[in-house]
Amino acid sequence: MGYDWDFGFLVSRVKNGDETYLDWLLQGLFWTLCVALSAWLIALAIGIVVGSARTLRSRWVAGLAEAWVELLRNVPLLVQLLLGYFVVPELLPRELGLWVKQDMPPALTAIICLGLFTSARIAEQTRAGIEGLPAGQRQAALALGLTTTACYVIVLLPQALRRIMPTLTSEFMNIIKNSSVAFAIGVLELTFQARQMQEDSEHGLETYLVVTLLYVACALTANRGMAWIERRTRIPGYLGSSR
Amino acid sequence: MIEIRKLSKWYGDTAVLRDCDLSIRKGEVVVVCGPSGSGKSTLLQCINGLEPFQQGDVVVDGIHVARAGRALPRLRARLGMVFQRFELFPHLDVMDNLCLAQRRVLGRTQGASEDKARVLLDRVGLSEHAGKYPAQLSGGQQQRVAIARALCMDPICMLFDEPTSALDPEMIGEVLEVMNQLAADGMTMVVVTHEMGFAHRIAHRVVFMDGGRILEDTETAAFFSAPQTERARLFLSRILSH
Repeated sequence: MGYDWDFGFLVSRVKNGDETYLDWLLQGLFWTLCVALSAWLIALAIGIVVGSARTLRSRWVAGLAEAWVELLRNVPLLVQLLLGYFVVPELLPRELGLWVKQDMPPALTAIICLGLFTSARIAEQTRAGIEGLPAGQRQAALALGLTTTACYVIVLLPQALRRIMPTLTSEFMNIIKNSSVAFAIGVLELTFQARQMQEDSEHGLETYLVVTLLYVACALTANRGMAWIERRTRIPGYLGSSR
Repeated sequence: MIEIRKLSKWYGDTAVLRDCDLSIRKGEVVVVCGPSGSGKSTLLQCINGLEPFQQGDVVVDGIHVARAGRALPRLRARLGMVFQRFELFPHLDVMDNLCLAQRRVLGRTQGASEDKARVLLDRVGLSEHAGKYPAQLSGGQQQRVAIARALCMDPICMLFDEPTSALDPEMIGEVLEVMNQLAADGMTMVVVTHEMGFAHRIAHRVVFMDGGRILEDTETAAFFSAPQTERARLFLSRILSH
């Protein structure tokens, strides 16, 4: 391999500006985390509500929730993002559509699309978590006079979410990695910056190596964070908590 | 206090309850027995509206369960229910299990709920276990906590759904002892159970079910000495012969 590795270029200035390549990278990292974390909050909130709705007795509500899940998980993420960026503004009322096209930051479009896409996946996991609980838990909560909402918030979800922590962890790591598709609509996140650096600096190999390491570091941090939460919320004497 | 009239329920084409009539007066202890799949548990769960039904009426303390709507949670709170598999909330400690519905449903303060919980934990002999989690208790202890949890709501009636069926034989006694004490204190109780000894000693009446029908509704002594139906006679001879 005759390639001359040079990571020093990171601190040199970009061709047309005062910034260094490192500044570009850090900016990319900022937007990656910003998109991923915001999308994660949307995904969790909607996913937990929709997943719970799928386990309700009301066929109407459960059917609506199922439609939500199927719609969002049967279309590729990248296609959803492009639909959200190019097609949805045309379907909105004229004024709103115009604002979306001209003034809405693409990062916001990416956050919403990634959040909704992931919400469908979290909904399925939440449903599985709830359905995995003994049926008597719901009955006991209702028999004590709790309303359906209280039954979910106080009794079912705290148990279901603990049970699905391992898959939620994967989902959290996924959303960080999936945020890379946002480059397709011009969000200045890590992948976008990597392409820009490759063209600007002729150090493409180093760039992608460093970006890869940054993604790995983010995903690992997310993983460790979730593991910490998992340990903190473990129930004494329950579900292999002796570890 | 509880009136069940012409109650019928189907799952698809299968009838699980057929024309059941039952009335329970204040202070009565009624044992419901019968083979598996006879509809005992379903009947019990129709009383507090956990199971919907297609025909007939269930009236608890003057309120029609099927038409209670938004009042249903309030009505349920007045009927204590104890389950076969205890169904304590595993993520909450014993004290929180006992206080949760007192605060959320009855609107009691944390302090008042804890005072009430301590009195009832003491009554079931588990005062020292208030800070433990359900998984740290034995089955018998968990079921006693479950009974205390139901009693915290000051129920007008207690519904027991095979409360000893999931217990090791050694632990059945401690749970039955708590139930004996409750009956002696005059609590209205409907008990689905296979514990015929308990039924014989404590129940005022025994209801025998088979195939979703109530075949017998007889005063206890009469049920054990001379059951009216051949089916009940057969059931008793099988269950008492070992």
